[in-house]
Amino acid sequence: MSSLFRYASPVAFYPLAGRLVPWFSGLALLFAIGGLYLGLIVAPPDWQQGETYRILFIHVPSAWMSMFIYFVMAGYAVLTLTLQTRLSALMMQALAPTGALFAALALATGAFWGKPTWGAWWVWDARTTSTLLLLFLYLGYLALQNAFEDVRRADRAGALLVLVGTINLPVIYFSVRWWNTLHQGASISLTAAPSMARIMVTSMLLMSLAAWAYTIAVVLSRVRGKILWRERSSQWVLELLRDGRSDGVDS
Amino acid sequence: MPPRDPDMQAGSLFEGHTLACRRGELTLFEDLSFALDPGQALFVVGPNGSGKTSLLRIAAGLALPHAGCLFWGGQKIRAAASQFRSRILYVGHTLAQKEELTVLENLTHTLAVDAVHLPASTLLRVLESVGLKERRHLPTRYLSLGQKRRLSLARMLLAGRRLWFLDEPASGLDAKGVEFLESTLTAHLGRGGMAILTSHQLLRVAGAVQTLQL
Amino acid sequence: MNPTLSTSSDTPKRDAFERASEQVCEAAQANMAAACRLILTSELRMALRNRTDVAQPLIFFIVVGSLFPLGLGDGTSRLTALAPGLLWVCALLSVLLSLPQIYARDAANGTLEQLVLSPYPLAALCGGKIMAHWLLTGVPLALLAPLLGIAFGLDFDSGALLAVTLLLGTPILSMIGAIGAALTLGARAGSVLVALLVLPLYVPVLVFGSGAVEAWRAGVAFGGPLLLLGAGILFGVVLAPLATAAAVRIAIE
Repeated sequence: MSSLFRYASPVAFYPLAGRLVPWFSGLALLFAIGGLYLGLIVAPPDWQQGETYRILFIHVPSAWMSMFIYFVMAGYAVLTLTLQTRLSALMMQALAPTGALFAALALATGAFWGKPTWGAWWVWDARTTSTLLLLFLYLGYLALQNAFEDVRRADRAGALLVLVGTINLPVIYFSVRWWNTLHQGASISLTAAPSMARIMVTSMLLMSLAAWAYTIAVVLSRVRGKILWRERSSQWVLELLRDGRSDGVDS
Repeated sequence: MPPRDPDMQAGSLFEGHTLACRRGELTLFEDLSFALDPGQALFVVGPNGSGKTSLLRIAAGLALPHAGCLFWGGQKIRAAASQFRSRILYVGHTLAQKEELTVLENLTHTLAVDAVHLPASTLLRVLESVGLKERRHLPTRYLSLGQKRRLSLARMLLAGRRLWFLDEPASGLDAKGVEFLESTLTAHLGRGGMAILTSHQLLRVAGAVQTLQL
Repeated sequence: MNPTLSTSSDTPKRDAFERASEQVCEAAQANMAAACRLILTSELRMALRNRTDVAQPLIFFIVVGSLFPLGLGDGTSRLTALAPGLLWVCALLSVLLSLPQIYARDAANGTLEQLVLSPYPLAALCGGKIMAHWLLTGVPLALLAPLLGIAFGLDFDSGALLAVTLLLGTPILSMIGAIGAALTLGARAGSVLVALLVLPLYVPVLVFGSGAVEAWRAGVAFGGPLLLLGAGILFGVVLAPLATAAAVRIAIE
């Protein structure tokens, strides 16, 4: 176990991340091709929604990943505030843009699905509103990171913000759900997902795995850049640049 | 009684070990250590921007060092931080005075935050000794910098704290004010007090004085 | 069990300094009530000396609230229907405006550092600040809202319920706002940033607050959201001072 803790140092993590990125990129590509093939070509049109349901293969994994990433960030936030590790703060900063991207993608694809299905580009149901506010939370976090000269303060303030947001997220969801019952009554069930055939479930799963692998690949590669920038005045980075290698110092 | 750290041999009361501080990518200082006993003062000297104020803030517990730790009586400070805070007093560049409050109100409030409750007569006596008794009902926005520093001195005299952290305590003081500051510090050290200060100008304080050059 | 700090063996164990410090420790350790009271009286006294600063958010509330009839036209039935939600949003924005004031002065004149270094628990001192902010901003807004509601054609009962929801909601706004204000102390474009951070977190309070009035007007049960706001206050009273204290420590560095 102690050998794993070695990777909590940016110096050791940098080359490890570099080795992992191509694997996860490859996995992401494979899963995506598999999922899209099954979802777009093999799966039959839905008896109720026709072809338009296919956008769910992107919408559902995006929405799920945007939430999952936020909770992973919350985990790193706890580490940053308690153990004061630099790498956990960098991981949070690396995760945020991808989380925001997935949230925005979920909202956009949701709108494209919503128009033919519900007749409206936008509805204020609990899930849509929560995803919108989640996007704002991501953007707020990114804005906070850029607002300070002192990086340690930016790290810790951002971590605290993420934790406060994590507590608020379920509250936001339930508050909007209640608000919906108040304004539209329980007659319209906007959260009903179409019942899906097994092949659709499989392709949904593959796309989720693809999103997950993509996230890991992108976040690891982003965090490598942040490590280099953060440690730019330290010995190992200077040696790296001098040697012209990009795979990291083998410790 | 909790056991003392075995690595410390007859250690001093207040110690800093291998402290490091960075501002952005600039390392202000590293591997810096000091030790202070009752009756001793530490003068931190150096050019502007060398990290004197940062060291003071780290030692007082306002900022976390990038490396190293602080000990009081052989024990790490983080473990009993509120007890450490009851033994120290910090006066920074800005004098922690609310300009809308009068001299007496400021003194009472600052002492209350320090959890010190003294009768009004004691406060008045000390205000008189620093020459602010006539002005005690004046809002501090109308005081000169020298007078504000004397109010700060009144607080230092009343708070009953052993360890003083003073950031440029002589700036803005005239010759008489500097004399008063020096005699106050000397008396404080004589009673067994300690002080860590940054100062551009030379202060003559009788007692065991160490100098730390940044 | 707090570990006691020992002094080194060559100091006189109980000189005047030690006695004074022990007294201070006794007075301050975990003494939440005294810390809160101390800050509360200080903040209220400062408010009396800085009346314009305290009045500004309230004046803003009235000004912004008056913009709606001008913008929406004077069809009073439309205005009355929208009134609870509009007034709640105006109150929210007014609270937002008042947030930087919680710490800005103290950070500038150095008294915030003294709070961090005080032997009193910082969470209790921050709790006092939050309470003072609520008394100076939240309560007046709750009392002003029904009055402004008259201009919107809001009837007495709805106005009273609106005041109640604001009285229950504004403490939560103060609590979350204090955390946001502490996090953004000294940051670039701080007041805009605090709005961006805090408004998504304010949404549930807005939903439950204005929703309770809507529910009552629609004739459905409205006790639920009120209870939820109350639960939010209890939850916040425990967590917000701790989170605010952590944010202040981060800001002070």
